[in-house]
Amino acid sequence: MALANNVSMPGPAIEIENLTKEYPYGFLHLKKKTSLEGLTMQVQSGEVFGFLGPNGAGKTTTIKLLMGLIFPTSGHARLLGKRTDDVQMHRDIGYLPEQPYFYDYLTAAEVLDYFAKFFDFTAQDRRDRVQRMLKKVGLETAGKIQLRKYSKGMLQRVGLAQAILHDPQLVILDEPMSGLDPVGRREVRDIILELKHAGKTILFSTHILPDAEMLCDRVGVIVGGKLQGVGAPGEIVGIQAQKMEILFTLASGGAQTGAPMVANATRTGDRYRLQIAEQELYAALAQLREAGAKILSVAQVKPSLEEYFMHLVAADRAQAAAVEVTGK
Amino acid sequence: MTHIGAVALNTFREAVRDRVLYNLVFFALLMMGAAILVGQISIGIEQIVIVSLGLSAISFIGLLMAIFIGVGLVSKEMDKRTIYALLAKPVRRWEFLVGKFAGLIFTLAVNTAAMSAGLFLALLCVKHALERSDAELLVAVYFILLKLAIVVALALLFSCSTTSLLSILYCAGFYVAGSFVQQMRTLRGDLAGPATAALMRWLSYVLPNFENFSVTGAVAHGVAIPRALILQNTLYAAVYCSVVLAAAAIIFSRRNLK
Repeated sequence: MALANNVSMPGPAIEIENLTKEYPYGFLHLKKKTSLEGLTMQVQSGEVFGFLGPNGAGKTTTIKLLMGLIFPTSGHARLLGKRTDDVQMHRDIGYLPEQPYFYDYLTAAEVLDYFAKFFDFTAQDRRDRVQRMLKKVGLETAGKIQLRKYSKGMLQRVGLAQAILHDPQLVILDEPMSGLDPVGRREVRDIILELKHAGKTILFSTHILPDAEMLCDRVGVIVGGKLQGVGAPGEIVGIQAQKMEILFTLASGGAQTGAPMVANATRTGDRYRLQIAEQELYAALAQLREAGAKILSVAQVKPSLEEYFMHLVAADRAQAAAVEVTGK
Repeated sequence: MTHIGAVALNTFREAVRDRVLYNLVFFALLMMGAAILVGQISIGIEQIVIVSLGLSAISFIGLLMAIFIGVGLVSKEMDKRTIYALLAKPVRRWEFLVGKFAGLIFTLAVNTAAMSAGLFLALLCVKHALERSDAELLVAVYFILLKLAIVVALALLFSCSTTSLLSILYCAGFYVAGSFVQQMRTLRGDLAGPATAALMRWLSYVLPNFENFSVTGAVAHGVAIPRALILQNTLYAAVYCSVVLAAAAIIFSRRNLK
């Protein structure tokens, strides 16, 4: 179901090929649970890529595989041309874990300084970067408070700061909006857009669809460990059958005409709204004209990303239920 | 080395801020109480009692810290998920592990040094003057620290491969078994059976030999520690720790951080 990438970009920042992750469980680890199955996709340099899926779909598993925190059962991935087991890969990659938690006995400034030490910056450079990052995420006044006194939203900001501390080319954020209030979400969105304008590549996972629609050049939808579709948010929802919407009024002022199309329409005031499949359009128009309707407009209705997403989740659940019944 | 140093410093800072070194207060109270009590009830053997009690307390408190903090070095980072952000930096897993090891050894060294100072003060209270031979106490303290280094390495190895509770039990088991290595080595085949005796002899070379580090009795009685033993124990601890840490690093480098 994957779509062709229409966005012109210099080259892939992330290349994933047939990535599969299985976890053994049960007695003697004889059973296997597949968290991710044959994932193949690319994220182009300079794009904002949204990784969408319900809880347990395989988003975090994919991100952990990319970061080398867990190891694939099969397949491989390259980030910025480097293998995921190459530790030097991390010099140009920033990562925000899901529900980040840091050393609570340290202050935000100390945590950032600690992480900065792994990039061989000078002491002065570290101090400057830490101050800059604290300001960027709105924690400049809370930088000297121990993290054990931070709220979830504040920890999320520290997480974001440590992810971009070293000015990485590729930023991977696992649920960056999670736990944030509307103001915090807006600030994170602004930071993502700022990174995009600076030419960085951003991959972020989320289940907050309006954020993905607003920010992403492309999205990938993963359900049940399988990639269901990749494309621009506006493009990907077009995968589903298109619907048409006809807006009309009736000369009879709403009197029953007996036409089935009119009976199916939704009335608002003296206007009627009728949604039909694209192939039924001409038949519907002919029927409405016969019924004396005055056609006000005919427009294509695209489902939202949320509708598309829910459609995929429902299909996956139906399939899972069918497997459970048939045992296949 | 910078990476290892950064992890080690953070481990030490954690111990300080989590008030792990508060055990020193307990030790200080124990030593003061012992000095007062010993001064009243023992005649002529004050030094033996104070040194035995002091070194045993240093060893016991250090052992508790080495096992409980050592087991938590890696598992705590994984349970609290602090390790994700760290290993997403250009740091190798073995550097993280060695840094954690070095950080706890430094913490134990500071702790042991402070307790040793307390022991010398207690001795001074009892004897009113220190002698040159009292410097042998430092050798005993150094051996305790070497012993603790091996325990920390074992704690890291176990915590990389199993649960915290099992790791604590394994560490304690290794410590107890390692304190009876000579007996295992000399177990007679006609008493325990040839197969058991052979197994015990083999195990005695695999288990850490903690008996070599136990010089409390000799030091308490003013017996000088042979300099060759210092070199031998230093080399033994260095090699044992290196092998155990290498095994821990291999296991940890393959571990999925779920």
